[in-house]
Amino acid sequence: MSRRTVYMDHSATTPVREEVVEAMLPFYHELFGNPSSIHAPGRTVRRAVEEAREKTALALGAEPGEIFFTAGGTESNNITLRGAAKKRGEPGHIITSSIEHHAVLDVCSELAAEGHRVTFLPVDQYGRVSIDQLQEAITPDTFLISIMAANNEIGTLQPISAIGEVARERKILFHTDAVQIAGQLPIDLKKLNVDFLSLSAHKFNGPKGIGALYVRKGAKVTPLYSGGGQERKLRPGTENVPGIVGLSRAMELAVAEIKDKKKRLEALRYKMITGLMAIDETILNGHPEERLPNNVNVSFKHVEGEAVLLSLDLEGIAASSGSACSSGSLDPSHVLRAIGLDHPTAHGSIRFSLGWGNTEEDVDYLLEVIPRVVNNLRRISPTYRTNGSRKE
Amino acid sequence: MYNEKVVEHFCNPRNVGELLEADAIGENGSFKCGDTMKIYLKIKDDRIEDIRFQTYGCGAAIASSSMLTEMVKGLTIDDALKITNQDVADQLGGLPPLKLHCSNLAADALHNAIENFRNGKVHGESA
Ligand SMILES: Cc1ncc(COP(=O)(O)O)c(C=O)c1O
Ligand SMILES: [Zn+2]
Repeated sequence: MSRRTVYMDHSATTPVREEVVEAMLPFYHELFGNPSSIHAPGRTVRRAVEEAREKTALALGAEPGEIFFTAGGTESNNITLRGAAKKRGEPGHIITSSIEHHAVLDVCSELAAEGHRVTFLPVDQYGRVSIDQLQEAITPDTFLISIMAANNEIGTLQPISAIGEVARERKILFHTDAVQIAGQLPIDLKKLNVDFLSLSAHKFNGPKGIGALYVRKGAKVTPLYSGGGQERKLRPGTENVPGIVGLSRAMELAVAEIKDKKKRLEALRYKMITGLMAIDETILNGHPEERLPNNVNVSFKHVEGEAVLLSLDLEGIAASSGSACSSGSLDPSHVLRAIGLDHPTAHGSIRFSLGWGNTEEDVDYLLEVIPRVVNNLRRISPTYRTNGSRKE
Repeated sequence: MYNEKVVEHFCNPRNVGELLEADAIGENGSFKCGDTMKIYLKIKDDRIEDIRFQTYGCGAAIASSSMLTEMVKGLTIDDALKITNQDVADQLGGLPPLKLHCSNLAADALHNAIENFRNGKVHGESA
């Protein structure tokens, strides 16, 4: 039915690159040893794990001893937030934003239910937190600030460097969920006052179920799990060796290509936004400049997001939506509400996220298909004409 | 996620649009997810002679609107009133459980239109 397949949902997940699969394969075959074993097969694999740690550290401007492998972004976030609360031992105050991924937001809500106080900082219409509001929110018992580097829905980048300075000055631990920027934008932990940073391999053409947590030397959290001594007890359990090798290889490739990829994706993003905004009554969600190179999020008024997704899917285009009907719950996403979108605008939001493999032809194809999709849905919408809008 | 019949109605919705000389107009909105439907009836001798709809909503909402219009065209208004949201979903061969509330618009909008007609009005209070 569809003429071609265009995948524009790279913020959800990405395909694993061939070079990454190749790097991983030996660790399913001849290099199967347990890195904790004393014997030669074990020692060889231990070396591979430590090399992967070095590569990952190098890509981030960190020390190898500051990198811990985890099962992904969700686990890295949980280890940090719950681990910091566990270490504190008594109720305290946490500051986060109102547009975090559920892997931070819901942990914070649970910690609040367990007796901590949590401030969910509001964001402006573009999705940015304010440094002044952050300063004002700090109290003597604030022990953790957790603010994402880039939002997964609207792509807005946060002022991580400035937040880090505030945290350092006030002697508060600072965690950033960098799942959406790792491999997309350069990260130099030597220059950032970040104590904890979460990342996940499947967002940058690595395998699923493997991530990393950067823990600045001297920063401490109490481990959540008991078990063996792996990952210096922070994440016990026999290492996911193929995953670790795959993560470090994907990271190495992404970082080597980061400048070119950024330039290429920003050009595609520009073309896409320009083309989409030519459709009347279309709104760009997120920040016009301070956004991920690969993120386009728009709302088409008078149509519902899931209906657009379904129509696009029938044309071979994969995207996503934060509308109530797509969310599985009955509300539009918390991010769209936090940037102040009214219900109909949030209900019509679509996220396109570009990545490795997307071409200009993909963008041309989308721009050819989408006006027809939106018009067809508007044609049956009861709100389109009554608004004074032109009806076809 | 949706079965073929739902997708087919979504892609080729029947009876779309307005009836300029409608005898009754009904509306229903889901306060939950925000989907809304508007229905237009041409009624002659207590029978639904013609029907059109406009829907703002997801695949489930559009497909059930379309299906409902096919089901009630030609029925007496008494028989049309007997059609429930569940009947519409069943006629579509089922909907994902989470999407049922989106499909509940259609029969309710129709009932609203018939109620307006019986009260001697074209529109309800809100329209
Ligand atoms: C910002 C952000 N944080 C955390 C996660 C969760 O990562 P993972 O799927 O590796 O657990 C995601 C991915 O959906 C994300 O976009
Ligand atoms: Zn719906």
